[in-house]
Amino acid sequence: MDRAQLIRRLAEAVGPGGIITERNQLRTYECDGLAAFRVIPSVVVLPETTEQAQGVVRVCREAGVPFVARGSGTGLSGGALPLADGVLIVLARMRRVVEVDLPNQRVVVEPGVLNLQVTKEVAPHGYYYAPDPSSQQVCSIGGNVAENSGGAHCLKYGFTTNHVTGLELVLPDGELAHLGGKAPDPPGYDLIGAFVGSEGTLGIATKVTVRILRKPEAVRTLLAAFDGTDDAGEAVSGVIGAGIVPAAIEMMDALAIEAAEAAVHPNYPDAGAVLIVELDGPAPEVEVQFNQVEAICRDSGATELRVAADDEERALFWKGRKSAFAAVGRISPDYYVQDGVIPRTALPEVLREISRMAAERGLRVANVFHAGDGNLHPLVLYDAAVEGQEQRAEELSAEILFVCLRHGGSITGEHGVGFDKKQYLPRQFSADDLDTMQLVRCAFDPDSRSNPGKVFPTPRLCGERPGPRRVHPVEQAGLAEVF
Amino acid sequence: MAFELPGGVASRPATEADAVDGVQPELVAEPATVEEAAAVLREATAAGKRVVCRGAGTKLGWGNPPTGAEIILSSARLDRILEHAEGDLIVKAEAGVPLEALQAAVGEAGQLLALNPPSAGGGATLGGIVAANASGSWRLRYGTVRDLLIGITVVLADGTIAHAGGKVVKNVAGYDLGKLFTGSLGTLGLIAEVTFRLHPRTPDRATTRLRLEPDRPEQAGAAVSAILGSQLVPTTLDLHWPDPAGHGTLLLSFEGTAPGPVDQAKAAAALLGLGEGEGPGERPGEGPGKNGTPPPEGGPPDFNLSAREPWLPRLSTGKASETGVLVKAACAPSELPGAIRDLWEAAGTHGLRAGLAGQPGSVVLYATLDGGGADALVGAVEEARKRLLGRGGSLVVLGAPLEVKRRLDVWGPVGDALPLMRRVKERFDPNGTMSPGRFVGGI
Repeated sequence: MDRAQLIRRLAEAVGPGGIITERNQLRTYECDGLAAFRVIPSVVVLPETTEQAQGVVRVCREAGVPFVARGSGTGLSGGALPLADGVLIVLARMRRVVEVDLPNQRVVVEPGVLNLQVTKEVAPHGYYYAPDPSSQQVCSIGGNVAENSGGAHCLKYGFTTNHVTGLELVLPDGELAHLGGKAPDPPGYDLIGAFVGSEGTLGIATKVTVRILRKPEAVRTLLAAFDGTDDAGEAVSGVIGAGIVPAAIEMMDALAIEAAEAAVHPNYPDAGAVLIVELDGPAPEVEVQFNQVEAICRDSGATELRVAADDEERALFWKGRKSAFAAVGRISPDYYVQDGVIPRTALPEVLREISRMAAERGLRVANVFHAGDGNLHPLVLYDAAVEGQEQRAEELSAEILFVCLRHGGSITGEHGVGFDKKQYLPRQFSADDLDTMQLVRCAFDPDSRSNPGKVFPTPRLCGERPGPRRVHPVEQAGLAEVF
Repeated sequence: MAFELPGGVASRPATEADAVDGVQPELVAEPATVEEAAAVLREATAAGKRVVCRGAGTKLGWGNPPTGAEIILSSARLDRILEHAEGDLIVKAEAGVPLEALQAAVGEAGQLLALNPPSAGGGATLGGIVAANASGSWRLRYGTVRDLLIGITVVLADGTIAHAGGKVVKNVAGYDLGKLFTGSLGTLGLIAEVTFRLHPRTPDRATTRLRLEPDRPEQAGAAVSAILGSQLVPTTLDLHWPDPAGHGTLLLSFEGTAPGPVDQAKAAAALLGLGEGEGPGERPGEGPGKNGTPPPEGGPPDFNLSAREPWLPRLSTGKASETGVLVKAACAPSELPGAIRDLWEAAGTHGLRAGLAGQPGSVVLYATLDGGGADALVGAVEEARKRLLGRGGSLVVLGAPLEVKRRLDVWGPVGDALPLMRRVKERFDPNGTMSPGRFVGGI
């Protein structure tokens, strides 16, 4: 099947209004939230229904063409990077809220529905959807499912995988599969658990059943300023050690504070580090624990404590934090956003190490992180116009991941492996580990048609016997350009 | 030809007590390391032997009878707690560690693994609990195994040792094999090591009890719906209804920091229309106390109603009765009253007695159907299952006399995902070594 035939068949599947073939228009989709990698897809289709999505996947199967599914394209690891010879399936038009079931605390949505939209649907009834990635105003539930998205509040409430109870999938062979639903503990393998976070490599979710939660009776938010990250880190340890599980504990260092101030003026104190601690739950409980948290922060050397007086002030505290990535653009022409995880207790040591490595390379690193669960987001600042800086920044960014691994952590806490980090996955997992994961891939997608070339560096082909490793054909073809 | 274990691996000939649903194994292997376990599996697969993994054996009656089981792979010697990082609230242990032993160890740091399946009292091991996806009353607040397991080491039938996840709670690198193995009942491989996130123990507790009128499951439904729709945060919500003609009980517990639990218990009592004095009960001194002494026997605080019920012994021991079946029914909360009636009526029309206990907030209900012959038991299970499937739920048989089991699929249908599940099994265990026939669709 040549490109013209493929286009004709795809147009039959999605209708003439659901296909994009002009190079100018295709360019819109050349990258996701990680703009360093760009590939113009062969064709873009925009199905509006499960049947259309299924039709597209079937055409891909018949044509032997790979596909990449994409939600809003906000991912930060190149997971939705298109393939030059592949079909990009954009799910943004599948955005119906299929069902709101308050008595059972479930909402069923199509994958293009935005994360925040779920909460908006149920907020008038006193409910919300817990996973809250910083991009929640624009990211889609389908993308959240692919990436197992987290957010600031996952310390207490868990990640996307803890909130998905049902999935309708279009498998890479074009067949449908329905997993779970509203009832707990469905018999059989937990394929929802395998699918959520598989970064588009196991098929396409066309309907998602999510759990919604009752809004807590009380929410209290504290902004605490410290001289440095050591003191702030001590406060975090103190809070966790006291048996308190806050809804969120976020830390920003001096450089991140400076950036946030320059961009969105959250009026943070002038400090070496700030913590945002949020507690929620039944009012009497929150009150007692909040007092404990204040005392712990003071004992750890807090220089200033501010309590959000109302929702408006709380929103301002959070605005500085949630816009931190973009805000760094105010203080540096270029920067890398990194995502690594360490055991929380290693925080002070790892921060010192990062700071030392940055100094060695003459670079600055702004640190923003989910301190409660040890998820670091170092932002490596550089100026591409200065010769050699970009390369040094890239090296430093990678070195930070290796530090995370040396401390028993992970190369990604929430942004995913995608295209960006697949070469680092073998540093976290052995060849046997990766081959075993690959068995899942082979069960779902034996022909490696769904988002090939992502997550795994050089996957063994399904059916291949263990032996010398080969370069995957997708990589050999050099389907991605690295800028 | 007699099968010989790799050198150095402890083993003994199997006895009748090692039989799995009437299938008599030849020997019991007790590897002391993950590498030894890998050697056992590699050799067993090469020799065409079939293997059933076993922890304490408390849930060995779950699943369909295996189509063969020459070797029992016991985790008895894989019993080390490998790492307890108190400050990070995580613990890594070998699969053969009993849950109660783990609770005692982490309890010293004022922490707990928030799982309390009834089988814990029977010595259930971590590996067995993960393999069976066993849960208890804490599931309402803390979730189930899938919400707490953050890392896993498995051994495949060909001897491959593989890891997934890690020891940090937040981690999206690679596929989540931990969830895939959770509830897989030993059909994909041996679960050899597990890493869990822990929770702090809560210092204070209070309870509220609601008496339910005979034959009025709608009352339970309304109460559960009122609690779930409120801003209360119960730690447990248990239902106990030994006989439809008698009263049932809903028991709520609230755990946290004083005065929170007592306030919440009072609010729950008010919400449920209970008068002063008949609702909340505070139990000072019973809480584990994060800085105090661990509770008796070092176990978690026991509010696991179903674990304490003498009429549900099979939940904690895994021993099947000769006259009854034990089933697990699951559905969405709005279906609770209907599901209770389904179970009662399916039992009633076949002349059986039905007793219920479980977690109506989820909804997961365990029921014993007793007092009849095999025809009545099979008939009641099939009828109850048909009705629960109609409600979007499921009914799984957890224990039954062998004669009954052989006439039933203990799992029931799993829908259009079955071909995919078969493909997963074929990839992980192409020779059908691991617990063949025990899982859904004969996997």
